[in-house]
Amino acid sequence: MSSFWSAWIIVLTLGFLVGIIWLLRWTMTNFTGIKEGELMDHEFDGIVEINNPLPRWWMILFWVTIVWGLIYLALYPGLGNFQGLLGWKSSNQNVQSLEESREATEAHREAGLIVQYDREMQAAEERFGPIFEAYAQQPIKELAKDPEATEIGQRLFLQNCAQCHGSNAMGGKGFPNLTDDAWLYGGSPEDIKTSLLQGRVGQMPAFSSQFNEQQITELATYVLSLSGRKVDPELAAAGKQNFAVCSACHGQDGKGNQQLGAPNLTDNIWLYGGSQQAIEETLMNGRNGVMPAWKDILGEDKIHVISAYVYGLSND
Amino acid sequence: MSQTNPQQIEYNLKVVRQFTVMTVVWGIIGMALGVWIAAQLIWPELNFDTPWLTYSRLRPLHTNAVIFAFGTSALMGTSFYIVQKTCRTALFSDKLAAFVFWSWQTVIVLAVITLPLGLTSSKEYGELEWPIDILIALSWIAYIIVFFGTLVKRNTSHIYVANWFYGGFIITVAVLHIVNSMAMPVSFTKSYSIYAGAVDAMIQWWYGHNAVGFLLTAGFLGMMYYFVPKQAERPVYSYRLSVVHFWALISLYIWAGPHHLHYTALPDWTQSLGMVMSVILFVPSWGGMINGIMTLSGAWHKLKTDPILRFLIVSLSFYGMSTFEGPMMSIKSVNALSHYTDWTIGHVHSGALGWVAMITIGSMYYLIPRLWGQTQMHSVRWINVHFWLHTIGTVLYIVALWISGVMQGLMWRAVNAEDGTLTYSFVESVEASYPFWFIRFVGGLFIVAGMLLMAWNMYRTIKAGKPTTETIDVAPREAATPSA
Repeated sequence: MSSFWSAWIIVLTLGFLVGIIWLLRWTMTNFTGIKEGELMDHEFDGIVEINNPLPRWWMILFWVTIVWGLIYLALYPGLGNFQGLLGWKSSNQNVQSLEESREATEAHREAGLIVQYDREMQAAEERFGPIFEAYAQQPIKELAKDPEATEIGQRLFLQNCAQCHGSNAMGGKGFPNLTDDAWLYGGSPEDIKTSLLQGRVGQMPAFSSQFNEQQITELATYVLSLSGRKVDPELAAAGKQNFAVCSACHGQDGKGNQQLGAPNLTDNIWLYGGSQQAIEETLMNGRNGVMPAWKDILGEDKIHVISAYVYGLSND
Repeated sequence: MSQTNPQQIEYNLKVVRQFTVMTVVWGIIGMALGVWIAAQLIWPELNFDTPWLTYSRLRPLHTNAVIFAFGTSALMGTSFYIVQKTCRTALFSDKLAAFVFWSWQTVIVLAVITLPLGLTSSKEYGELEWPIDILIALSWIAYIIVFFGTLVKRNTSHIYVANWFYGGFIITVAVLHIVNSMAMPVSFTKSYSIYAGAVDAMIQWWYGHNAVGFLLTAGFLGMMYYFVPKQAERPVYSYRLSVVHFWALISLYIWAGPHHLHYTALPDWTQSLGMVMSVILFVPSWGGMINGIMTLSGAWHKLKTDPILRFLIVSLSFYGMSTFEGPMMSIKSVNALSHYTDWTIGHVHSGALGWVAMITIGSMYYLIPRLWGQTQMHSVRWINVHFWLHTIGTVLYIVALWISGVMQGLMWRAVNAEDGTLTYSFVESVEASYPFWFIRFVGGLFIVAGMLLMAWNMYRTIKAGKPTTETIDVAPREAATPSA
């Protein structure tokens, strides 16, 4: 902040505290002109007031808190740009990006400032980092058989992944089931780890402008027939005529394409629901699926452990 | 007016009666809504799969109903009563006072309609959309004119301390409401705050915390300063204490908002200032409690027989407890444990149910017979039953949420020593909270049962009496002469 606003805050804060001190000192003296313990010379609807002095313990407590407040403001940031004698900060202030945050962390370390968040992160990294580093050396397939590693993986999953994929990893509408060995982007250990590290963006375009309602119904019927569902064969046959458009991503046989994250349409597993209506909705309006990238949040080593847990869910 | 000619002035008690009845009515509605959403936390089916009845929409309705319908109706009614009685004069304008009543009730009815419809600015305790915000501002400005107009034309040399607190509350709430509600409308029912990011958050909690500080604390201290000495029939303990704690309280509260935003994107310096002022605030807060409770010196025996006094004094104990708890929770290291947990909700309710509701209920029991030409409520025994129902309900509520709050805080921060992962997932802390949410729900049932008993008692009292007409002879300084 500019030095003007910094000064403004300092003057306002200290001026205010001085005012409080003045108020307390003033009311500690008997300014009323009435003897202590006697009634004040006014009365309101039968209510009178005694001119009792401030309770001593209360007054002392007031002084203690004021003095404590001043000491705190001397030690910690509070008075505008004054950083406090301890040089303490909760976190990097005023950073706008991860890059700036890293630079600030480095700069603070060199300046010997105590940035609490960085220190706690560093302490945790020093203590627990080697554990995850060791796990990261092992192949995911092996790690998936290590009960201790999968337990840690499960805890990390519950805290970071369960919000979307569910505590049992069985997903929900729009969030893939991770236990059924059906994979949008591949189920090899490397594919899973890549999904976690980099995230995924799945896009099903909307076809409402390209096809009319009848054509959408036909297409949806055909798609259902691919999974062996009982459908009106005429409608399905009509839908097949237009499936060429879909096959660009989902393939001629409708078995999908893991390079694109295009789902297999023949396994009767549905990310957004498998009813005629739900599929029509998907065709009409399209779908957008986002898996966030976790690399910067959890780091590669922890992701390695989570990948092993997820891999183990469908590969015993 | 001349001070030498005796002049009869009639108090405006009609508007006080209107607010009094609505206080009880809104109290029942607001608290019943609270019980309902408490039940929804345990049995989510209770939203009946209807958008209007979901927790997310009923929760703001609950908070608005208890703060602005129940609490504010009580404040407006009692302030109009007290300012007349302690200034020995009638209200500045009967028409404006009627406008305050009807416009305020309209605001509440609009809240009851719009919040379940999902129309919200999403600012906590300031959810109502901009057209209603404007009506609130108009109603409040009328309130300012009536209250301060009455103070100006008073027939007393001094202004009684209750009126300082009411005055401080009325002025500050106007400022808070107008600044926090500044928004750009995009349609009749939707607007966006003109503030953004951390500034928006800071304005929001400057408003939010001072809604607590001025509306729910200063205003009700005004109520306390009249009804406690009246019911105890004792002089106020210390005039000088009231001077120092009034000025210190109102000037410190305004700084305290940032403690709602510890460990967020708010700059460190703002967090520190908010915390320091919150901790100092503890002492003047207790000034009010001391002055209220010590007013009872020499009359402690009355607590044995007088349930109204019991309501008033126990409310002060809860006030003392929550104003100790609040500054403690504003300390960063305590806040690191307590924030986002049930502890906060428990703290709020020890203030809301223990302090605000009990001081209001006690005051209403004092006021109702006097407004309808009676000497006491239809049944004093029922007041006593209400006292116990309310006290037990409040204690169940607070204790349950203390335990679940601290438990949640500890579970969220528990770390496995071997690998540094968190011990519990969030949902495990939710699961562990259910028994305490059930106790909280039962506590709520006690409280609503007490309020229903109060409504019945009020109904019987009103039915047995008729509206009081009270006049005062302003020239010779004598007590008011009530005549039926």
